[in-house]
Amino acid sequence: MPSLGADMEDGTLREWLVKPGDDVRRGDIIAVVETQKGLIDIEVFNNGKIDKLLVTEDQKVPVGTVMALIIADAGVVSREIKSHPDAPNSHAIDLTKESTQKRRIKISPLARKMAAENNVDTESLKGSGEGGAITRADVEQAIANKEKPHSGISASPDSIRMAVAAAMSRSNREIPHYYLELRIDMSRSLDWLKELNKNRTSEKRVLPVVLLLKAVARALRDVPQLNAVWENGLQVKEDVNIGFVVALRTGGILIPAIRNADTKNVEEMMQALSDTIVRAREMKLRSSDLSDSTITVTSLGDNSAESVLGVIYPPQVALVGFGEITEQPWAENGMLGIRPVVVATLAADHRATDGSTGSHFLAAVRKYLQHPETL
Amino acid sequence: MNEQEIKQQVIQLLKKIAPDTEPEKLTDTENVREVLMIDSFDYLRFIVALDERFGMQTPEEDYGQLKTLGSINVYVQKKGTHPSVKEQK
Repeated sequence: MPSLGADMEDGTLREWLVKPGDDVRRGDIIAVVETQKGLIDIEVFNNGKIDKLLVTEDQKVPVGTVMALIIADAGVVSREIKSHPDAPNSHAIDLTKESTQKRRIKISPLARKMAAENNVDTESLKGSGEGGAITRADVEQAIANKEKPHSGISASPDSIRMAVAAAMSRSNREIPHYYLELRIDMSRSLDWLKELNKNRTSEKRVLPVVLLLKAVARALRDVPQLNAVWENGLQVKEDVNIGFVVALRTGGILIPAIRNADTKNVEEMMQALSDTIVRAREMKLRSSDLSDSTITVTSLGDNSAESVLGVIYPPQVALVGFGEITEQPWAENGMLGIRPVVVATLAADHRATDGSTGSHFLAAVRKYLQHPETL
Repeated sequence: MNEQEIKQQVIQLLKKIAPDTEPEKLTDTENVREVLMIDSFDYLRFIVALDERFGMQTPEEDYGQLKTLGSINVYVQKKGTHPSVKEQK
């Protein structure tokens, strides 16, 4: 069971989309898991063949439980283990050499026939009969579970809020936060964007938030200590995966990841953002959307507050916030003018970095936003 | 297409982008984004849908004219090139 964020303790397997013997490729969706954040598609992280499904449908298991065995293409059995809540970034595959001896299944002839007729995988069934034998009742139960409709199950705003609240309580308890803020003149960025969008049809236009995200991604290359997790010490991450806070209109937030944000150009970032926000709001996120974020960015957008002092999402060590871009009086070179201004804030973990690192980072964000052509 | 039909179409587009809201309850003068809590991202999706539906190309500087159901209606009647809008002109 993968950890889909620090706030997740367990999940309920709702549906297997594969059966033993199926070939799977990296990125294939193999299962649907219900969490406090709704139904999440679970992707597989390597190529191979499904050997055994170890968790049955509608079974609730803690994060870290082995759900299936996959024979990797190389011929060894790779165990699809999922990370411990404290180690969400080390998740994925633990390659272990194991023999793949099949267990002999005890099953009554009637149950076997019913299972075959209804396409029920007896390997994944737990028998309730004598000596663990699979009975007709077990198969009937499995058929009933299969037929149970999954659509319509969606997380309530309350359950999403409670999941986030649990992670935030932990964050406030464990992480010594420090906060910094910097006002940034956005006129160059907005002028550049206006020019870029001028001759584009509406569906090709880029929003200011894309530049904010790009600037953060670039600045993290300059100050990598903030692109990290705290797990028995600071672990700086190579990939820049930005968790982007998406507010749901019905209440609550989801934080899907924009993966490899530093390598995306402006158009790719807009595309990734569009895709992710739409899926988040439709509650159609995948496991890869909710794991491996190395930093969180929250942008309040239009008609909102001027600044946000966030709570770090563990085990990350930093959260960057942007308020609404508003016109402000701006003094520069002894002159006073009116500029579009955004307040960028940083909440960071004092165990990992200190104010000078944080300041250096915010200054880098400003540098990129003032030279948007470099983004 | 008359004013009422355009309004119905606009409401349908809003409903598609923000399914958990009630655009049909908007008055002609209420600020659509504020009342339905539509962020800049969903607003852009709305403009894209509007352009596609009515055969328009709304430049960014015209976004200010698309704030209420009333003003959207006026704008669509002025700029829409889709045959269903044209026949009314």
